[in-house]
Amino acid sequence: MSASLATWILVAQRLAIALLTLVIVSFAVFFATEMLPGDVAQILLGQAATPEAVAGLREAMGLDEPALLRFLGWMRGLVSGDFGTSYVNDMPVAELIGDRLINSLRLAGVTTAVSVPVSLVLGIGAAMWRGSFFDRTVSILTISVISVPEFMVATLAVLIFAVWLGWLPALSYGADTGSLAAMLKAYAMPVISLSFVISAQMIRMTRAAVIETINTPYVEMALLKGAGRVRMVLVHALPNALGPIANAVALSLSYLVGGVIIVETIFNYPGVAKLMVDAVATRDLPLIQSCAMIFCVSYLTLITLADLMAILSNPRLRR
Amino acid sequence: MTKQSLVSVRDLHIGAITDSGREVEIIKGVNFEIAPGEIVALIGESGSGKTTIALSLMGHARPGCSIHAGTIRLGEHDVTAMSERRRADIRGTEVSYVPQSAAAAFNPSKRIMDQVIEVTAIHNLPNRSGAEARAVELFRALALPSPETIGQRYPHQVSGGQLQRLSAAMALIGDPKLVIFDEPTTALDVTTQIEVLRAFRSVMEKSDMAGVYVTHDLAVVAQIADRIIVLKGGEIQEEGTTEQIVNAPRHPYTKELLAAFDPVPHEAIATADGPDRAPLLEVDRLSAGYGSMRGGEPTAKILDDISFTLERGRNLGVVGESGSGKSTLARAIAGILPPYRGEVLVNGVALPASLGQRSKEQLRQAQIVFQLADTALNPAQPIETILGRPLTFYHGIKGRAREKRVIELLDMVQLPAALRHRLPMELSGGQKQRVNLARALGAEPQLILCDEITSALDTVVAAAILELLKELQRELSLSYMFISHDLSTVEAICDDVLVMYKGEIVERLPAATMSTEAQHPYSKLLVSSVPKLDTGWLAGLEQDPELIARFANR
Repeated sequence: MSASLATWILVAQRLAIALLTLVIVSFAVFFATEMLPGDVAQILLGQAATPEAVAGLREAMGLDEPALLRFLGWMRGLVSGDFGTSYVNDMPVAELIGDRLINSLRLAGVTTAVSVPVSLVLGIGAAMWRGSFFDRTVSILTISVISVPEFMVATLAVLIFAVWLGWLPALSYGADTGSLAAMLKAYAMPVISLSFVISAQMIRMTRAAVIETINTPYVEMALLKGAGRVRMVLVHALPNALGPIANAVALSLSYLVGGVIIVETIFNYPGVAKLMVDAVATRDLPLIQSCAMIFCVSYLTLITLADLMAILSNPRLRR
Repeated sequence: MTKQSLVSVRDLHIGAITDSGREVEIIKGVNFEIAPGEIVALIGESGSGKTTIALSLMGHARPGCSIHAGTIRLGEHDVTAMSERRRADIRGTEVSYVPQSAAAAFNPSKRIMDQVIEVTAIHNLPNRSGAEARAVELFRALALPSPETIGQRYPHQVSGGQLQRLSAAMALIGDPKLVIFDEPTTALDVTTQIEVLRAFRSVMEKSDMAGVYVTHDLAVVAQIADRIIVLKGGEIQEEGTTEQIVNAPRHPYTKELLAAFDPVPHEAIATADGPDRAPLLEVDRLSAGYGSMRGGEPTAKILDDISFTLERGRNLGVVGESGSGKSTLARAIAGILPPYRGEVLVNGVALPASLGQRSKEQLRQAQIVFQLADTALNPAQPIETILGRPLTFYHGIKGRAREKRVIELLDMVQLPAALRHRLPMELSGGQKQRVNLARALGAEPQLILCDEITSALDTVVAAAILELLKELQRELSLSYMFISHDLSTVEAICDDVLVMYKGEIVERLPAATMSTEAQHPYSKLLVSSVPKLDTGWLAGLEQDPELIARFANR
């Protein structure tokens, strides 16, 4: 089976590229944070600190070593699971991030479970009945949602559902999540706000990808064999549009981990994005670097998964 | 009428919306009938409406087109009055379709067998295994290799000629009363075309299916059709039996089509004739290929050890099937694809291998004209800019002088000067190819490499382009290297012919005697595979099966 071997070689190559990208990104993350203005020791000790005290602290924190050495040490730590120690409160970064990451992933997971199926169905449906009332309605709605900023959606949701109607709690975190109904209530607003933002993109990309394959001769051939619209789209067009759709979904979902700061802030939701912004404010380099790496890893994972899906769904490579 | 016809088309009008939103009528009142079991050819140049009419028989109009008036009756069905749902019911079972490009019409992500027998799944016909057995039977009848297992492959794993026959199996599986063949052999090599035509003919003869055969190639139609309908501009020009149309055409347009088919033998231009004629182009042991270089050789070697010379004022034809390396040869000579071994000499001076290292003067001497003017001309630039670029680049002509020269160039290729303000998309296919040629002339070259420049054009338009090439040659003492898969085109313009097979030159011979004096078995096969305007040609054709097995990639 040399053909399938070729496919696995391709997959392995793709994974190797992802790994290499990760190393380059970690390099960039480390040195970009190094270039942040302000000196950590100076900020920690306050303006009244004597130069000797600042120098002493720098030495104690290892900040006087060459940047490259510190980078290598940091990399070694990352590989062995040691994310370093926070400058600000002396706690292990892993501990600081742990709960927050689980919170973020939970929010991302629920949003994914809601928005991906809805987007795919709407996108494929719009492509299937292109030009119909349904298609135009979906198009207008997605364009409206893309153009409205997420803080607007989130704030309006809070105003309407929490303040005015009083149906949902304004704060998700710490709300009663004992029963399923209560949990749904607690997550409803952040999930709706996030879904609005990421679904619009997915719907439009899915629609475009499916329409592009509908316009191919083999789909016309299916029509001339007597196939109905549903068969033409689901059996003939969709399998050939999987690659681009997977990429669109991955790009949209990657936003859920790092780009949710505004939503986290409005709903006072303690996720990783909020943690990172706080860390920037206090120049807590190990924390910033770890958060950045988490975003990069999740982004790379999603994109790599999408690429692997595109490779494996192509029969020219799969055989 | 004594016999009930299978298809009757009455006063058919089909309209289309153009890109600018204007509504035009592309089929203007067409009437014809098809008897059961009869094969009728729709013939005409592109834009004549032949495919539009054929598709309308299935009740299908391409996006932007719609049937305006008239009735199409197929058996007991009134196709024009049916709902889309009911039309879908008769597609595949009553009327089916063999597409122009089977390579594009097969879904790349599904196995061939699943697509061939899909008709039975769509129409809820019982029994999948029965359908598969029937498909294998059809594969065998269509002379496909390993009929039992070919269905398990994916479309990219079989050759173009095989795919075309598989698409015929896909059309025949539902036992339709009418099969529509839409230029099914146009995209194939001549050596492959024969086998596909034979397979179609034998299957159609054994069944009582009627057929509509859409094509622009009279010689192909003469082999397969009972009756011919000649179309132009959405109207029927002439209708008659195949014998009558081929041997005694009445309408002037039909005569023009037939005349374009007969090549006018080429006569070498008589300038400075003599034994000491200097070679313009010398190619010495040239090898080229694609892919990454390993040990000084590319992974995919295309051309192997090509040597030939072309004397000033003479024309050299390069023929061979697709994949034989014809276009690669032109690209290697032009320096677009630097050869990894061997030399290209123009006027006795060796040229650097790659385009980037050649001087302006060296670039100017040899110009290349590509097959598809549509993609070779920048769609965003007016003709004046396209033609002005080589003038400024090679000769530094600017401003008023440049405009004057652009008008001269347009005049040379027999286009009106006002055309220079238009964009390429506003021109017809033939006009675009003339502009494409004019751009090469702008450099004032000595050699023009013509890469299949007439292949995408209709016969009548292509014949006019060939006339133009000859005229330009007389006026400007040019030499052409003329690449084509069409032997009669090469005969019409070239003095000598190189026959290429799998990246090698198998034979060089004078064009005039090519058809009679070819020595190499592959050249013989190629020459004998060109369809003749004779209804008995295919039936009487005998080719050495050993030769076919060796050379024809069927």
